[in-house]
Amino acid sequence: MACCQTKKIVTLIILHTFLLSVALSCIFPFLWMVNASFKTNTEFNSDYGLKPASSLLLDNYNQVIIKSGFWRYFVNSLIYTFTTVILIVFISSLAAYSFSRLQFPGKNIIFYMFLAAMMIPLPAGFVPVYVLLQQLGLLNRTGYVLAMSNMGLSISIYLLKTFFDQIPRDLEDTAKIDGCNKIQTWWHVGMPLVTPALGVVIIFNALNVWNEFILASMIFVEKKFMPLQAALLQYSGEQITNHVLIMTALTVTALPIIVLYIFMQKQFIKGITAGATLK
Amino acid sequence: MKATLKDKAASFSFVLPALIIFSLFYIYPFIYSFILSLTNYNMIGKFNLRESFVGLQNFKDIASDGDWWKAMYNGAFITFWALSFQNILALMLALSISQVVRMNKFYRVVFFILPILSEIVIGLLLRRLMLSEPTGHDILNHIVNNLGLGFLAQDWISGERVRLITALVHCWKGFGWAFVIFLAGLQAIPEQLYEAARIDGANAWQSFRKITLPLLMPVITLIMVITIIGTMSAFAMILALNQGAGGETTVPIMIIYNHLGTGLAGLACAEGLVLGVTLILISFTMFFVSKKVRKKYGLLPD
Repeated sequence: MACCQTKKIVTLIILHTFLLSVALSCIFPFLWMVNASFKTNTEFNSDYGLKPASSLLLDNYNQVIIKSGFWRYFVNSLIYTFTTVILIVFISSLAAYSFSRLQFPGKNIIFYMFLAAMMIPLPAGFVPVYVLLQQLGLLNRTGYVLAMSNMGLSISIYLLKTFFDQIPRDLEDTAKIDGCNKIQTWWHVGMPLVTPALGVVIIFNALNVWNEFILASMIFVEKKFMPLQAALLQYSGEQITNHVLIMTALTVTALPIIVLYIFMQKQFIKGITAGATLK
Repeated sequence: MKATLKDKAASFSFVLPALIIFSLFYIYPFIYSFILSLTNYNMIGKFNLRESFVGLQNFKDIASDGDWWKAMYNGAFITFWALSFQNILALMLALSISQVVRMNKFYRVVFFILPILSEIVIGLLLRRLMLSEPTGHDILNHIVNNLGLGFLAQDWISGERVRLITALVHCWKGFGWAFVIFLAGLQAIPEQLYEAARIDGANAWQSFRKITLPLLMPVITLIMVITIIGTMSAFAMILALNQGAGGETTVPIMIIYNHLGTGLAGLACAEGLVLGVTLILISFTMFFVSKKVRKKYGLLPD
Protein backbone atom coordinates (compact mmCIF):
# COMPACT_ATOMS: atom_id res chain seq x y z
CA MET A 1 0.00 0.00 0.00
CA ALA A 2 2.83 2.33 0.92
CA CYS A 3 4.39 1.77 -2.46
CA CYS A 4 1.18 2.77 -4.24
CA GLN A 5 1.03 5.89 -2.15
CA THR A 6 4.58 6.94 -3.08
CA LYS A 7 3.93 6.15 -6.73
CA LYS A 8 0.88 8.39 -6.63
CA ILE A 9 2.80 11.23 -5.03
CA VAL A 10 5.65 10.95 -7.54
CA THR A 11 3.13 11.05 -10.40
CA LEU A 12 1.50 14.13 -8.91
CA ILE A 13 4.85 15.87 -8.51
CA ILE A 14 5.74 15.15 -12.14
CA LEU A 15 2.33 16.39 -13.33
CA HIS A 16 2.51 19.56 -11.26
CA THR A 17 6.06 20.30 -12.40
CA PHE A 18 4.96 19.98 -16.01
CA LEU A 19 1.81 22.07 -15.59
CA LEU A 20 3.53 24.67 -13.44
CA SER A 21 6.45 25.20 -15.81
CA VAL A 22 4.09 25.78 -18.73
CA ALA A 23 1.95 28.08 -16.59
CA LEU A 24 5.02 30.08 -15.53
CA SER A 25 6.10 30.48 -19.15
CA CYS A 26 2.68 32.05 -19.79
CA ILE A 27 2.77 34.38 -16.80
CA PHE A 28 6.40 35.48 -16.72
CA PRO A 29 6.45 37.73 -19.83
CA PHE A 30 3.43 39.63 -18.54
CA LEU A 31 4.84 40.11 -15.06
CA TRP A 32 8.03 41.34 -16.71
CA MET A 33 5.99 43.67 -18.93
CA VAL A 34 4.00 45.24 -16.08
CA ASN A 35 7.09 45.44 -13.87
CA ALA A 36 9.15 47.16 -16.57
CA SER A 37 6.38 49.68 -17.20
CA PHE A 38 7.09 51.17 -13.75
CA LYS A 39 10.81 51.61 -14.36
CA THR A 40 12.91 54.35 -15.89
CA ASN A 41 14.78 53.41 -19.02
CA THR A 42 18.13 53.69 -17.21
CA GLU A 43 16.90 51.39 -14.48
CA PHE A 44 15.66 48.93 -17.11
CA ASN A 45 18.96 48.98 -18.95
CA SER A 46 20.88 48.09 -15.81
CA ASP A 47 18.71 45.22 -14.52
CA TYR A 48 16.92 44.09 -17.71
CA GLY A 49 13.62 44.80 -16.02
CA LEU A 50 14.05 41.64 -13.98
CA LYS A 51 14.25 43.18 -10.50
CA PRO A 52 10.99 44.31 -8.93
CA ALA A 53 10.26 47.98 -9.56
CA SER A 54 11.30 50.06 -6.56
CA SER A 55 8.35 52.41 -6.74
CA LEU A 56 5.14 52.79 -8.70
CA LEU A 57 6.62 55.27 -11.13
CA LEU A 58 3.79 56.57 -13.29
CA ASP A 59 5.90 58.77 -15.59
CA ASN A 60 5.77 56.16 -18.37
CA TYR A 61 1.99 56.00 -18.19
CA ASN A 62 1.80 59.76 -18.38
CA GLN A 63 4.15 59.72 -21.36
CA VAL A 64 2.33 56.89 -23.20
CA ILE A 65 -1.29 57.67 -22.43
CA ILE A 66 -1.27 61.47 -22.49
CA LYS A 67 1.76 62.64 -24.49
CA SER A 68 1.93 59.83 -27.05
CA GLY A 69 -1.84 59.86 -27.40
CA PHE A 70 -2.65 56.30 -26.42
CA TRP A 71 -5.84 57.51 -24.74
CA ARG A 72 -7.03 58.35 -28.24
CA TYR A 73 -6.18 54.92 -29.65
CA PHE A 74 -7.83 53.34 -26.65
CA VAL A 75 -10.99 55.35 -27.22
CA ASN A 76 -10.86 54.52 -30.94
CA SER A 77 -10.61 50.80 -30.17
CA LEU A 78 -13.50 51.14 -27.72
CA ILE A 79 -15.64 52.93 -30.32
CA TYR A 80 -14.93 50.41 -33.10
CA THR A 81 -15.50 47.48 -30.78
CA PHE A 82 -18.66 48.89 -29.26
CA THR A 83 -20.34 49.90 -32.51
CA THR A 84 -19.42 46.68 -34.28
CA VAL A 85 -20.70 44.53 -31.44
CA ILE A 86 -23.97 46.48 -31.18
CA LEU A 87 -24.50 46.15 -34.94
CA ILE A 88 -23.75 42.43 -34.90
CA VAL A 89 -26.00 41.77 -31.91
CA PHE A 90 -28.98 43.47 -33.53
CA ILE A 91 -28.49 42.24 -37.06
CA SER A 92 -27.62 38.66 -36.14
CA SER A 93 -30.33 38.22 -33.51
CA LEU A 94 -32.98 39.51 -35.91
CA ALA A 95 -31.79 37.11 -38.59
CA ALA A 96 -31.39 34.20 -36.17
CA TYR A 97 -34.87 34.75 -34.76
CA SER A 98 -36.29 34.80 -38.23
CA PHE A 99 -34.43 31.62 -39.27
CA SER A 100 -35.65 29.86 -36.15
CA ARG A 101 -39.24 31.09 -35.89
CA LEU A 102 -40.58 32.78 -39.00
CA GLN A 103 -41.52 31.54 -42.45
CA PHE A 104 -40.57 33.12 -45.74
CA PRO A 105 -39.56 31.82 -49.16
CA GLY A 106 -35.87 31.06 -49.62
CA LYS A 107 -35.29 30.78 -45.87
CA ASN A 108 -33.25 27.60 -45.99
CA ILE A 109 -31.12 28.66 -48.92
CA ILE A 110 -30.19 31.92 -47.22
CA PHE A 111 -29.40 30.14 -43.97
CA TYR A 112 -27.16 27.60 -45.71
CA MET A 113 -25.39 30.47 -47.43
CA PHE A 114 -24.43 31.94 -44.05
CA LEU A 115 -23.43 28.47 -42.89
CA ALA A 116 -21.20 27.94 -45.91
CA ALA A 117 -19.53 31.30 -45.31
CA MET A 118 -18.65 30.09 -41.84
CA MET A 119 -17.01 26.91 -43.15
CA ILE A 120 -15.01 28.24 -46.08
CA PRO A 121 -11.71 29.77 -45.02
CA LEU A 122 -10.93 33.07 -46.72
CA PRO A 123 -7.47 33.82 -45.37
CA ALA A 124 -7.00 36.74 -47.75
CA GLY A 125 -10.58 37.99 -47.69
CA PHE A 126 -9.30 41.39 -46.66
CA VAL A 127 -7.95 42.05 -50.18
CA PRO A 128 -11.24 42.34 -52.11
CA VAL A 129 -12.90 44.00 -49.10
CA TYR A 130 -10.20 46.66 -49.05
CA VAL A 131 -10.51 47.28 -52.80
CA LEU A 132 -14.29 47.47 -52.45
CA LEU A 133 -14.09 49.96 -49.59
CA GLN A 134 -11.70 52.08 -51.59
CA GLN A 135 -14.06 52.17 -54.56
CA LEU A 136 -17.05 52.99 -52.39
CA GLY A 137 -15.08 55.80 -50.75
CA LEU A 138 -15.46 54.02 -47.44
CA LEU A 139 -11.84 53.87 -46.32
CA ASN A 140 -12.92 55.37 -43.01
CA ARG A 141 -14.49 54.44 -39.70
CA THR A 142 -17.90 53.60 -41.20
CA GLY A 143 -16.35 51.25 -43.74
CA TYR A 144 -14.22 49.59 -41.08
CA VAL A 145 -17.14 48.99 -38.73
CA LEU A 146 -19.32 47.63 -41.56
CA ALA A 147 -16.60 45.27 -42.78
CA MET A 148 -15.88 44.09 -39.25
CA SER A 149 -19.60 43.51 -38.62
CA ASN A 150 -19.65 41.13 -41.53
CA MET A 151 -16.71 39.15 -40.13
CA GLY A 152 -18.59 38.01 -37.06
CA LEU A 153 -22.03 37.81 -38.63
CA SER A 154 -22.32 34.21 -39.85
CA ILE A 155 -21.07 32.64 -36.67
CA SER A 156 -23.23 34.86 -34.47
CA ILE A 157 -26.33 34.03 -36.50
CA TYR A 158 -25.52 30.34 -36.24
CA LEU A 159 -24.94 30.47 -32.47
CA LEU A 160 -28.13 32.43 -31.79
CA LYS A 161 -30.23 30.31 -34.12
CA THR A 162 -29.23 27.07 -32.39
CA PHE A 163 -30.07 28.76 -29.10
CA PHE A 164 -33.47 30.00 -30.31
CA ASP A 165 -34.19 26.48 -31.57
CA GLN A 166 -33.71 25.07 -28.08
CA ILE A 167 -36.15 27.32 -26.23
CA PRO A 168 -39.89 26.50 -26.18
CA ARG A 169 -42.24 28.62 -28.23
CA ASP A 170 -45.04 28.81 -25.65
CA LEU A 171 -44.09 32.26 -24.39
CA GLU A 172 -44.03 33.70 -27.86
CA ASP A 173 -47.41 32.16 -28.66
CA THR A 174 -48.81 33.83 -25.57
CA ALA A 175 -47.30 37.14 -26.62
CA LYS A 176 -48.85 36.75 -30.06
CA ILE A 177 -52.28 36.13 -28.54
CA ASP A 178 -51.78 39.21 -26.38
CA GLY A 179 -51.37 41.20 -29.57
CA CYS A 180 -47.60 41.62 -29.87
CA ASN A 181 -46.35 41.99 -33.41
CA LYS A 182 -43.23 40.20 -34.63
CA ILE A 183 -40.76 42.90 -33.71
CA GLN A 184 -42.23 43.24 -30.24
CA THR A 185 -42.17 39.48 -29.72
CA TRP A 186 -38.53 39.32 -30.84
CA TRP A 187 -37.45 42.15 -28.57
CA HIS A 188 -39.57 41.50 -25.44
CA VAL A 189 -39.79 37.71 -25.46
CA GLY A 190 -37.11 36.24 -27.71
CA MET A 191 -34.12 38.39 -26.76
CA PRO A 192 -34.38 37.99 -22.95
CA LEU A 193 -34.45 34.21 -23.42
CA VAL A 194 -31.18 34.08 -25.34
CA THR A 195 -29.14 36.30 -22.98
CA PRO A 196 -26.59 33.53 -22.25
CA ALA A 197 -25.91 33.08 -25.97
CA LEU A 198 -25.75 36.86 -26.41
CA GLY A 199 -22.95 36.94 -23.84
CA VAL A 200 -20.91 34.52 -25.95
CA VAL A 201 -21.66 36.46 -29.13
CA ILE A 202 -20.64 39.74 -27.52
CA ILE A 203 -17.35 38.47 -26.13
CA PHE A 204 -16.39 36.57 -29.26
CA ASN A 205 -16.98 39.61 -31.47
CA ALA A 206 -15.56 42.16 -29.05
CA LEU A 207 -12.27 40.26 -28.83
CA ASN A 208 -12.25 39.87 -32.58
CA VAL A 209 -12.53 43.60 -33.19
CA TRP A 210 -10.28 44.64 -30.30
CA ASN A 211 -7.51 42.35 -31.58
CA GLU A 212 -8.01 42.95 -35.32
CA PHE A 213 -4.97 44.33 -37.08
CA ILE A 214 -4.83 43.77 -40.86
CA LEU A 215 -7.79 45.80 -42.07
CA ALA A 216 -7.33 48.49 -39.41
CA SER A 217 -3.70 49.02 -40.35
CA MET A 218 -4.62 49.40 -44.02
CA ILE A 219 -7.63 51.66 -43.58
CA PHE A 220 -6.43 54.03 -40.87
CA VAL A 221 -3.39 55.83 -42.20
CA GLU A 222 -4.11 58.90 -40.12
CA LYS A 223 -2.95 58.50 -36.54
CA LYS A 224 -5.99 60.01 -34.93
CA PHE A 225 -8.25 57.22 -36.23
CA MET A 226 -5.94 54.31 -35.41
CA PRO A 227 -7.08 51.61 -33.00
CA LEU A 228 -4.64 50.24 -30.43
CA GLN A 229 -3.18 47.32 -32.41
CA ALA A 230 -2.16 49.43 -35.39
CA ALA A 231 -0.89 52.22 -33.14
CA LEU A 232 1.17 49.77 -31.09
CA LEU A 233 3.10 48.48 -34.06
CA GLN A 234 3.83 51.99 -35.26
CA TYR A 235 4.85 53.11 -31.75
CA SER A 236 7.25 50.19 -31.47
CA GLY A 237 8.91 51.37 -34.66
CA GLU A 238 9.22 54.91 -33.26
CA GLN A 239 10.55 53.90 -29.84
CA ILE A 240 13.23 51.46 -30.88
CA THR A 241 15.48 51.99 -27.87
CA ASN A 242 12.94 52.94 -25.24
CA HIS A 243 11.79 49.56 -23.96
CA VAL A 244 9.90 50.82 -20.93
CA LEU A 245 7.56 52.95 -23.03
CA ILE A 246 6.68 49.95 -25.21
CA MET A 247 6.10 47.86 -22.10
CA THR A 248 3.75 50.57 -20.83
CA ALA A 249 1.87 50.75 -24.13
CA LEU A 250 1.57 46.94 -24.18
CA THR A 251 0.28 46.98 -20.61
CA VAL A 252 -2.30 49.61 -21.51
CA THR A 253 -3.51 47.37 -24.36
CA ALA A 254 -3.32 43.94 -22.74
CA LEU A 255 -4.07 44.46 -19.05
CA PRO A 256 -7.74 45.53 -19.40
CA ILE A 257 -8.40 42.37 -21.43
CA ILE A 258 -6.60 40.15 -18.92
CA VAL A 259 -8.48 41.69 -15.98
CA LEU A 260 -11.80 41.37 -17.78
CA TYR A 261 -10.97 37.77 -18.61
CA ILE A 262 -10.17 36.90 -15.00
CA PHE A 263 -13.58 38.18 -13.94
CA MET A 264 -15.49 36.54 -16.80
CA GLN A 265 -13.52 33.37 -17.54
CA LYS A 266 -16.46 31.18 -18.44
CA GLN A 267 -17.86 33.57 -21.01
CA PHE A 268 -14.42 34.18 -22.52
CA ILE A 269 -13.65 30.48 -22.87
CA LYS A 270 -17.06 29.82 -24.40
CA GLY A 271 -16.67 32.79 -26.69
CA ILE A 272 -13.27 31.70 -27.96
CA THR A 273 -14.03 28.02 -28.32
CA ALA A 274 -17.36 28.77 -30.01
CA GLY A 275 -15.38 30.77 -32.52
CA ALA A 276 -12.72 28.13 -32.90
CA THR A 277 -14.94 25.12 -33.19
CA LEU A 278 -17.34 26.61 -35.69
CA LYS A 279 -14.92 28.30 -38.04
CA MET B 1 -53.71 35.49 -49.32
CA LYS B 2 -52.69 39.11 -49.28
CA ALA B 3 -52.19 38.99 -45.54
CA THR B 4 -49.77 36.07 -45.82
CA LEU B 5 -47.74 37.87 -48.44
CA LYS B 6 -47.42 40.85 -46.15
CA ASP B 7 -46.61 38.46 -43.38
CA LYS B 8 -43.85 36.83 -45.39
CA ALA B 9 -42.44 40.22 -46.31
CA ALA B 10 -42.36 41.19 -42.65
CA SER B 11 -40.55 37.96 -41.79
CA PHE B 12 -38.09 38.48 -44.61
CA SER B 13 -37.30 41.99 -43.43
CA PHE B 14 -35.78 40.44 -40.28
CA VAL B 15 -33.05 38.88 -42.42
CA LEU B 16 -32.63 41.86 -44.69
CA PRO B 17 -29.96 43.82 -42.75
CA ALA B 18 -27.84 40.69 -42.38
CA LEU B 19 -28.32 39.85 -46.04
CA ILE B 20 -27.30 43.33 -47.20
CA ILE B 21 -24.10 43.40 -45.16
CA PHE B 22 -23.32 39.81 -46.11
CA SER B 23 -23.84 40.41 -49.84
CA LEU B 24 -21.82 43.60 -49.79
CA PHE B 25 -18.88 42.37 -47.71
CA TYR B 26 -18.79 38.65 -48.39
CA ILE B 27 -20.53 37.53 -51.58
CA TYR B 28 -19.58 40.52 -53.70
CA PRO B 29 -15.89 40.54 -52.68
CA PHE B 30 -15.84 36.76 -53.10
CA ILE B 31 -16.91 37.01 -56.75
CA TYR B 32 -14.97 40.21 -57.22
CA SER B 33 -11.71 38.59 -56.19
CA PHE B 34 -12.00 36.05 -59.03
CA ILE B 35 -12.38 38.91 -61.50
CA LEU B 36 -9.67 41.04 -59.90
CA SER B 37 -7.24 38.14 -59.96
CA LEU B 38 -7.37 38.20 -63.77
CA THR B 39 -6.36 41.86 -63.95
CA ASN B 40 -3.39 44.04 -63.15
CA TYR B 41 -5.58 46.63 -61.40
CA ASN B 42 -3.33 48.82 -59.26
CA MET B 43 -5.97 50.77 -57.31
CA ILE B 44 -5.30 53.99 -59.20
CA GLY B 45 -8.42 55.33 -60.84
CA LYS B 46 -11.61 53.46 -61.54
CA PHE B 47 -11.56 49.72 -62.10
CA ASN B 48 -11.91 48.95 -65.80
CA LEU B 49 -11.97 45.25 -66.67
CA ARG B 50 -11.21 45.68 -70.36
CA GLU B 51 -8.14 47.84 -69.79
CA SER B 52 -6.65 45.92 -66.93
CA PHE B 53 -7.45 42.36 -68.05
CA VAL B 54 -4.30 40.21 -68.22
CA GLY B 55 -5.76 36.70 -68.25
CA LEU B 56 -3.88 34.19 -66.16
CA GLN B 57 -0.71 36.26 -66.04
CA ASN B 58 -0.92 36.75 -62.25
CA PHE B 59 -1.12 33.01 -61.67
CA LYS B 60 1.82 32.43 -64.01
CA ASP B 61 3.77 35.06 -62.05
CA ILE B 62 2.90 33.38 -58.77
CA ALA B 63 3.95 29.97 -60.09
CA SER B 64 7.40 31.30 -60.91
CA ASP B 65 7.71 33.58 -57.86
CA GLY B 66 10.40 32.13 -55.61
CA ASP B 67 9.50 34.44 -52.71
CA TRP B 68 5.89 33.24 -52.73
CA TRP B 69 6.85 29.56 -52.59
CA LYS B 70 9.45 30.30 -49.93
CA ALA B 71 6.65 31.93 -47.93
CA MET B 72 4.41 28.92 -48.50
CA TYR B 73 7.26 26.72 -47.28
CA ASN B 74 7.74 28.92 -44.19
CA GLY B 75 4.00 28.75 -43.48
CA ALA B 76 4.04 24.97 -43.90
CA PHE B 77 7.07 24.73 -41.61
CA ILE B 78 5.32 26.70 -38.85
CA THR B 79 2.14 24.68 -39.45
CA PHE B 80 4.10 21.44 -39.06
CA TRP B 81 5.32 22.55 -35.63
CA ALA B 82 1.88 23.77 -34.63
CA LEU B 83 0.33 20.45 -35.67
CA SER B 84 2.88 18.36 -33.85
CA PHE B 85 4.43 20.26 -30.96
CA GLN B 86 1.59 22.64 -30.10
CA ASN B 87 -1.19 20.07 -30.28
CA ILE B 88 0.69 17.28 -28.53
CA LEU B 89 1.61 19.74 -25.78
CA ALA B 90 -2.06 20.79 -25.54
CA LEU B 91 -3.19 17.17 -25.34
CA MET B 92 -0.59 16.35 -22.70
CA LEU B 93 -1.66 19.36 -20.65
CA ALA B 94 -5.32 18.38 -20.96
CA LEU B 95 -4.54 14.80 -19.90
CA SER B 96 -2.40 15.99 -16.99
CA ILE B 97 -4.90 18.51 -15.72
CA SER B 98 -7.66 15.92 -15.55
CA GLN B 99 -5.45 14.02 -13.06
CA VAL B 100 -4.81 16.87 -10.63
CA VAL B 101 -7.28 18.48 -8.25
CA ARG B 102 -5.12 21.07 -6.53
CA MET B 103 -4.53 24.28 -8.54
CA ASN B 104 -6.65 22.84 -11.31
CA LYS B 105 -8.52 26.09 -11.83
CA PHE B 106 -5.37 28.19 -11.70
CA TYR B 107 -3.81 26.21 -14.55
CA ARG B 108 -6.92 26.47 -16.67
CA VAL B 109 -7.14 30.23 -16.23
CA VAL B 110 -3.45 30.76 -16.98
CA PHE B 111 -3.33 28.55 -20.07
CA PHE B 112 -6.02 30.61 -21.65
CA ILE B 113 -4.45 34.06 -21.21
CA LEU B 114 -2.41 33.88 -24.42
CA PRO B 115 -5.25 33.05 -26.86
CA ILE B 116 -7.29 36.06 -25.78
CA LEU B 117 -4.48 38.54 -26.42
CA SER B 118 -3.77 39.97 -29.84
CA GLU B 119 -1.02 38.73 -32.12
CA ILE B 120 0.51 42.21 -32.09
CA VAL B 121 0.77 42.30 -28.29
CA ILE B 122 2.37 38.84 -28.13
CA GLY B 123 4.70 39.58 -31.04
CA LEU B 124 5.90 42.93 -29.68
CA LEU B 125 6.28 41.66 -26.13
CA LEU B 126 8.46 38.74 -27.23
CA ARG B 127 10.34 40.98 -29.65
CA ARG B 128 11.40 43.17 -26.75
CA LEU B 129 12.22 40.12 -24.67
CA MET B 130 14.36 38.60 -27.41
CA LEU B 131 15.85 41.80 -28.75
CA SER B 132 19.60 42.13 -28.58
CA GLU B 133 19.94 45.33 -30.55
CA PRO B 134 20.25 48.28 -30.74
CA THR B 135 20.77 48.89 -27.03
CA GLY B 136 23.13 45.96 -26.78
CA HIS B 137 20.93 44.38 -24.15
CA ASP B 138 20.34 40.69 -24.62
CA ILE B 139 17.52 40.25 -22.16
CA LEU B 140 16.56 36.69 -23.00
CA ASN B 141 20.20 35.66 -23.37
CA HIS B 142 20.86 37.14 -19.94
CA ILE B 143 17.99 35.11 -18.45
CA VAL B 144 19.05 31.96 -20.27
CA ASN B 145 22.64 32.36 -19.04
CA ASN B 146 21.50 32.89 -15.47
CA LEU B 147 19.39 29.75 -15.61
CA GLY B 148 22.51 27.81 -16.60
CA LEU B 149 21.25 27.22 -20.11
CA GLY B 150 23.98 29.27 -21.77
CA PHE B 151 24.16 26.94 -24.76
CA LEU B 152 20.75 28.30 -25.82
CA ALA B 153 21.96 31.90 -26.05
CA GLN B 154 21.65 33.16 -29.63
CA ASP B 155 20.31 35.89 -31.87
CA TRP B 156 16.62 35.20 -31.35
CA ILE B 157 14.99 37.44 -33.93
CA SER B 158 17.33 37.37 -36.89
CA GLY B 159 19.69 34.47 -36.32
CA GLU B 160 19.90 31.24 -38.23
CA ARG B 161 17.30 29.46 -36.10
CA VAL B 162 14.74 32.28 -36.43
CA ARG B 163 12.23 30.14 -38.36
CA LEU B 164 12.14 27.51 -35.64
CA ILE B 165 11.92 30.16 -32.92
CA THR B 166 9.01 31.86 -34.69
CA ALA B 167 7.26 28.51 -35.00
CA LEU B 168 7.74 27.87 -31.28
CA VAL B 169 6.41 31.32 -30.36
CA HIS B 170 3.39 30.59 -32.54
CA CYS B 171 2.86 27.28 -30.70
CA TRP B 172 3.23 29.04 -27.37
CA LYS B 173 0.55 31.56 -28.27
CA GLY B 174 -1.79 28.91 -29.69
CA PHE B 175 -1.66 25.90 -27.39
CA GLY B 176 -4.30 27.38 -25.07
CA TRP B 177 -7.33 26.99 -27.27
CA ALA B 178 -6.31 23.51 -28.43
CA PHE B 179 -6.00 22.68 -24.74
CA VAL B 180 -9.55 23.89 -24.01
CA ILE B 181 -11.04 21.93 -26.91
CA PHE B 182 -9.09 18.78 -25.96
CA LEU B 183 -10.29 19.16 -22.38
CA ALA B 184 -13.92 19.41 -23.50
CA GLY B 185 -13.39 16.34 -25.70
CA LEU B 186 -11.87 14.36 -22.81
CA GLN B 187 -14.72 15.26 -20.48
CA ALA B 188 -17.23 13.97 -23.03
CA ILE B 189 -15.77 10.45 -22.79
CA PRO B 190 -17.91 8.39 -20.36
CA GLU B 191 -16.09 7.42 -17.17
CA GLN B 192 -17.62 3.89 -17.25
CA LEU B 193 -15.49 2.98 -20.25
CA TYR B 194 -12.31 3.52 -18.24
CA GLU B 195 -13.75 1.61 -15.27
CA ALA B 196 -14.68 -1.32 -17.48
CA ALA B 197 -11.19 -1.30 -18.99
CA ARG B 198 -9.61 -1.25 -15.53
CA ILE B 199 -11.68 -4.23 -14.44
CA ASP B 200 -10.56 -6.05 -17.57
CA GLY B 201 -6.97 -5.37 -16.49
CA ALA B 202 -6.01 -2.65 -18.94
CA ASN B 203 -3.11 -0.39 -17.94
CA ALA B 204 -3.06 3.38 -18.42
CA TRP B 205 -1.39 3.24 -21.82
CA GLN B 206 -3.85 0.62 -23.08
CA SER B 207 -6.88 2.64 -22.02
CA PHE B 208 -5.39 5.73 -23.64
CA ARG B 209 -4.64 3.83 -26.85
CA LYS B 210 -7.94 1.94 -27.04
CA ILE B 211 -10.43 4.38 -25.49
CA THR B 212 -9.19 7.95 -25.33
CA LEU B 213 -7.48 8.18 -28.70
CA PRO B 214 -10.22 6.66 -30.90
CA LEU B 215 -13.01 8.55 -29.11
CA LEU B 216 -11.00 11.76 -29.44
CA MET B 217 -10.57 11.32 -33.20
CA PRO B 218 -13.30 13.83 -34.22
CA VAL B 219 -11.84 16.43 -31.85
CA ILE B 220 -8.33 15.76 -33.14
CA THR B 221 -9.44 16.21 -36.74
CA LEU B 222 -11.20 19.44 -35.86
CA ILE B 223 -8.17 20.79 -34.05
CA MET B 224 -5.88 19.80 -36.91
CA VAL B 225 -8.06 21.55 -39.49
CA ILE B 226 -8.30 24.73 -37.39
CA THR B 227 -4.57 24.61 -36.72
CA ILE B 228 -3.74 24.40 -40.42
CA ILE B 229 -6.12 27.20 -41.42
CA GLY B 230 -5.19 29.35 -38.42
CA THR B 231 -1.45 28.95 -38.87
CA MET B 232 -1.42 29.49 -42.61
CA SER B 233 -3.42 32.71 -42.07
CA ALA B 234 -1.26 33.91 -39.17
CA PHE B 235 0.77 36.97 -39.91
CA ALA B 236 0.46 39.86 -37.45
CA MET B 237 2.43 38.06 -34.73
CA ILE B 238 5.32 37.42 -37.12
CA LEU B 239 5.19 40.98 -38.44
CA ALA B 240 5.48 42.29 -34.90
CA LEU B 241 8.10 39.75 -33.83
CA ASN B 242 10.66 39.93 -36.61
CA GLN B 243 9.06 41.46 -39.73
CA GLY B 244 9.73 38.31 -41.73
CA ALA B 245 13.43 38.20 -40.76
CA GLY B 246 14.56 38.97 -44.29
CA GLY B 247 12.47 36.24 -45.92
CA GLU B 248 13.23 33.51 -43.38
CA THR B 249 9.86 33.83 -41.66
CA THR B 250 7.83 35.58 -44.36
CA VAL B 251 4.43 33.90 -44.58
CA PRO B 252 1.95 34.01 -47.50
CA ILE B 253 -0.39 36.56 -45.90
CA MET B 254 2.57 38.87 -45.32
CA ILE B 255 3.34 38.86 -49.05
CA ILE B 256 -0.33 39.48 -49.89
CA TYR B 257 -0.48 42.30 -47.33
CA ASN B 258 2.64 43.95 -48.75
CA HIS B 259 1.44 43.62 -52.35
CA LEU B 260 -1.92 45.13 -51.48
CA GLY B 261 -0.15 47.89 -49.56
CA THR B 262 1.79 48.82 -52.70
CA GLY B 263 -1.40 48.78 -54.77
CA LEU B 264 -0.98 45.44 -56.56
CA ALA B 265 -4.60 44.48 -55.94
CA GLY B 266 -4.89 42.03 -58.86
CA LEU B 267 -1.82 40.07 -57.86
CA ALA B 268 -2.81 40.10 -54.18
CA CYS B 269 -6.24 38.66 -55.08
CA ALA B 270 -4.67 35.91 -57.17
CA GLU B 271 -2.34 35.02 -54.30
CA GLY B 272 -5.28 35.00 -51.90
CA LEU B 273 -7.10 32.57 -54.18
CA VAL B 274 -4.10 30.25 -54.44
CA LEU B 275 -3.81 30.19 -50.64
CA GLY B 276 -7.56 29.84 -50.06
CA VAL B 277 -7.98 26.96 -52.50
CA THR B 278 -4.98 25.18 -50.98
CA LEU B 279 -6.48 25.46 -47.51
CA ILE B 280 -9.92 24.29 -48.63
CA LEU B 281 -8.38 21.25 -50.33
CA ILE B 282 -6.37 20.43 -47.21
CA SER B 283 -9.34 20.70 -44.86
CA PHE B 284 -11.56 18.55 -47.08
CA THR B 285 -8.83 15.92 -47.30
CA MET B 286 -8.48 15.98 -43.53
CA PHE B 287 -12.19 15.41 -42.94
CA PHE B 288 -12.18 12.62 -45.53
CA VAL B 289 -9.21 10.89 -43.94
CA SER B 290 -10.68 11.26 -40.46
CA LYS B 291 -13.93 9.67 -41.64
CA LYS B 292 -11.92 6.71 -42.93
CA VAL B 293 -10.09 6.43 -39.64
CA ARG B 294 -13.28 6.57 -37.63
CA LYS B 295 -14.82 3.90 -39.84
CA LYS B 296 -11.81 1.72 -39.23
CA TYR B 297 -12.23 2.11 -35.48
CA GLY B 298 -15.91 1.33 -35.87
CA LEU B 299 -17.05 4.68 -34.56
CA LEU B 300 -19.36 5.44 -37.42
CA PRO B 301 -22.59 3.57 -38.01
CA ASP B 302 -22.26 1.61 -41.28
